[in-house]
Amino acid sequence: MALPLSYSIRNLWTRKLTTLLTASGMALVVFVFAAILMLALGLQKTLVETGSYDNVVAIRKASSTEVQSAIDRRQAAIVETEPEAAIGADGKPLLAKEMLVLVTLPRRGSSKRSNVPVRGIGPGSLALRPQVRLVQGRLPSTGSLEVIAGKNVAERFAGAGLGETLHFGMYDWTIVGIFDAGNTAFSSEVWGDSEQLMQAFRRPVFSSVIFKLRDPSKFDAVRQRLEGDPRLTLDVERETRYYLKQSEMMAKFLRVLGISLTIIFSLGATIGAMITMYASVATRTGEIGTLRALGFRRGSILAAFLFEALFLGLAGGVAGMLLASFMQFFTISTMNFQTFSELAFTFVLSPGIAASGLSFSLLMGLAGGVLPALRAARMGIVDALRTVSEV
Amino acid sequence: MFLLKLVLKNAFRHKLRAWLTILSVTIAILAFGLLRTVIDAWYVGAEESSPNRLITRNAVSMTFSLPLAYREKIARTPGVTQVCPASWFGGVYVDEKNFFPNFAVEPRSYFALYPEYVFSPEQQETFFRDRKGFAAGRKLTERFGWKIGDTVTLKGTIFPGNWEFVLRAVYHGRDENVDERIFFFHWDYLNESLKQSAPSRADQVGAYVVGIDRPEIAADVALAVDNTFKNSLAETLTETEKAFALSFVSMTEAIVTVIRLVSLAVIVIIAAVAANTMSMTARERIGEFAVLKTLGFGGRRIAALILGESLVVALSGGLFGILFTFPAAAVFRSLLGNYFPVFQLSVRTLCLDGAAAFIVGAAAAIIPIWRTTSIKIAEALRRIG
Repeated sequence: MALPLSYSIRNLWTRKLTTLLTASGMALVVFVFAAILMLALGLQKTLVETGSYDNVVAIRKASSTEVQSAIDRRQAAIVETEPEAAIGADGKPLLAKEMLVLVTLPRRGSSKRSNVPVRGIGPGSLALRPQVRLVQGRLPSTGSLEVIAGKNVAERFAGAGLGETLHFGMYDWTIVGIFDAGNTAFSSEVWGDSEQLMQAFRRPVFSSVIFKLRDPSKFDAVRQRLEGDPRLTLDVERETRYYLKQSEMMAKFLRVLGISLTIIFSLGATIGAMITMYASVATRTGEIGTLRALGFRRGSILAAFLFEALFLGLAGGVAGMLLASFMQFFTISTMNFQTFSELAFTFVLSPGIAASGLSFSLLMGLAGGVLPALRAARMGIVDALRTVSEV
Repeated sequence: MFLLKLVLKNAFRHKLRAWLTILSVTIAILAFGLLRTVIDAWYVGAEESSPNRLITRNAVSMTFSLPLAYREKIARTPGVTQVCPASWFGGVYVDEKNFFPNFAVEPRSYFALYPEYVFSPEQQETFFRDRKGFAAGRKLTERFGWKIGDTVTLKGTIFPGNWEFVLRAVYHGRDENVDERIFFFHWDYLNESLKQSAPSRADQVGAYVVGIDRPEIAADVALAVDNTFKNSLAETLTETEKAFALSFVSMTEAIVTVIRLVSLAVIVIIAAVAANTMSMTARERIGEFAVLKTLGFGGRRIAALILGESLVVALSGGLFGILFTFPAAAVFRSLLGNYFPVFQLSVRTLCLDGAAAFIVGAAAAIIPIWRTTSIKIAEALRRIG
């Protein structure tokens, strides 16, 4: 006959302080585990959502990012004649020749500086990025020293707010609008007219040519033709894949960091659970003897203590995940090693992370509870009854 | 003396529990020490910088270059001893995963400015004379098994094409904090090739390393250099090497902050485990403490007993933790050497380890001390279990 579950739960409840301390140890482990996985996922999600599946990005061969890339006007013009590009409402192909440079700007409220990507856009750029919405002000007029700033840049960098000016390339650029591109990398960029920016930086080359496919399934054919064209030295990639690649190094770093830290910490927390459970068994020796004398089997005793350990783990896991879920309100801003530019992203909680956090805490409880539960189950009835509550 | 004996006996009264607690403190101190060392590794570039070196780069950002003509102009600034052009090459060896830093530098002036890279004189001279030659750190050559005379091809990501180099010299660091996995080659080789393939990009320099007489004049020289090029097509930003290195660290500050927070979290986790052990011990022995009180032990004595026990357990854990940190750091270094070229335990980290163990021990004793000293003797004696 099994012992009721409430027996296990009430045992935890009786020793509140010990239960609280052990569970909070586990909660912190689960919190660290979940928070770092959420960070890696947030980074990846931000960059994945930046790209659109139908868009194609062409950059110079072997240059892995737009910052390193350079495409001269002649090559850009050849790509422009690409028949696979979709046609927009105005009858022109949905295609943009863009330039991207990094500009070092001071952060708001501190003298620390960081790299902000400045993107020179063409007439087709906005139509290619439906996720970009102007939230304040207006679009920059072509041929003027006007730019619009992504909302993360406007918040974080000095001089990037609406109506303020940024100084780079020997000119002062007025911010005439703020745009919001949701949780994408575009929210961490500044956009202006590509011809004006190319003049200012004296850099008469584009960084990338981006166009939307008329038929998304034709990507392989387009890629083959462009990469095989002897007049072009370009790498062609779907926009989604292009941005996903930029997150790989950092996401991997975060995951390795998170998992190795968690393994070390979980050892500590498991030992904590083990100490608690051993004490729990030791103080109840007489009680266990009584239960056995009443006819409960060894299996039932084992199960009761295992459940107690599992509940302890569960309590820690739930508390840890609750704590971690609050992290979703935070935005973190750091340099992406791969693009060398500042990127803002949020912690993202997925059901997968929640499930692994909870199962992880159950595992810790189980690992801590097995040995003590075995000790409880293996006690002889007479010895247990004879022992005066010592240990 | 008697008190100490009592403390030691009591601390190991439950052998299993005591050792488990010591083990968990050991793990925590180990993790804490390793995390501190990771943070140190982050700042190693800034720590190793010389106050006699300034870096002049394009004020817009690192991705913009400066004209070669600036070299002479900077050299004319009073207080400047050497000016060396240096460009980040960003070449990839076989696969992107094999990342290592590679720079095009003017070798004679560069290695005069950086005495921490130590060469044998013959190798250095052959490297200086061979324009297609390159010099690499000891760890880098060991990683890929390069021998003197080997040809190595890098694929350029910033400068397109396949670039061939011949290994002419291997350097080692003057001390353990010097990065031994850097690849240096002749800036002239890069520039002459660009004159052929991309004339518009030739005679451009990524940054200048500027050597100065004495550190005190650093700020004045930096200002003088920047003023020379004010309102020109390529304005400059000159700062000390340390400020330059710190500007990189500050860009990844968020990650450093996360690691710092996590290393605090590990201390809190273990303090919770240790506090739990101590509070269990105190609760089980509440009757015993009441007997001691009856015998005339004062509250302070009893507090000292509990604190002593807690400290014995925490400090022995701390000691083991510190001892294990050395082999663990060695393993870490061999596994992640490519990410952290320098991974060196500092005395400061070891002191912090000790302090952390002490804090855990002291914090764990607070609740039990409060409970035992505040309870009335009769009530404590009456209590069972």
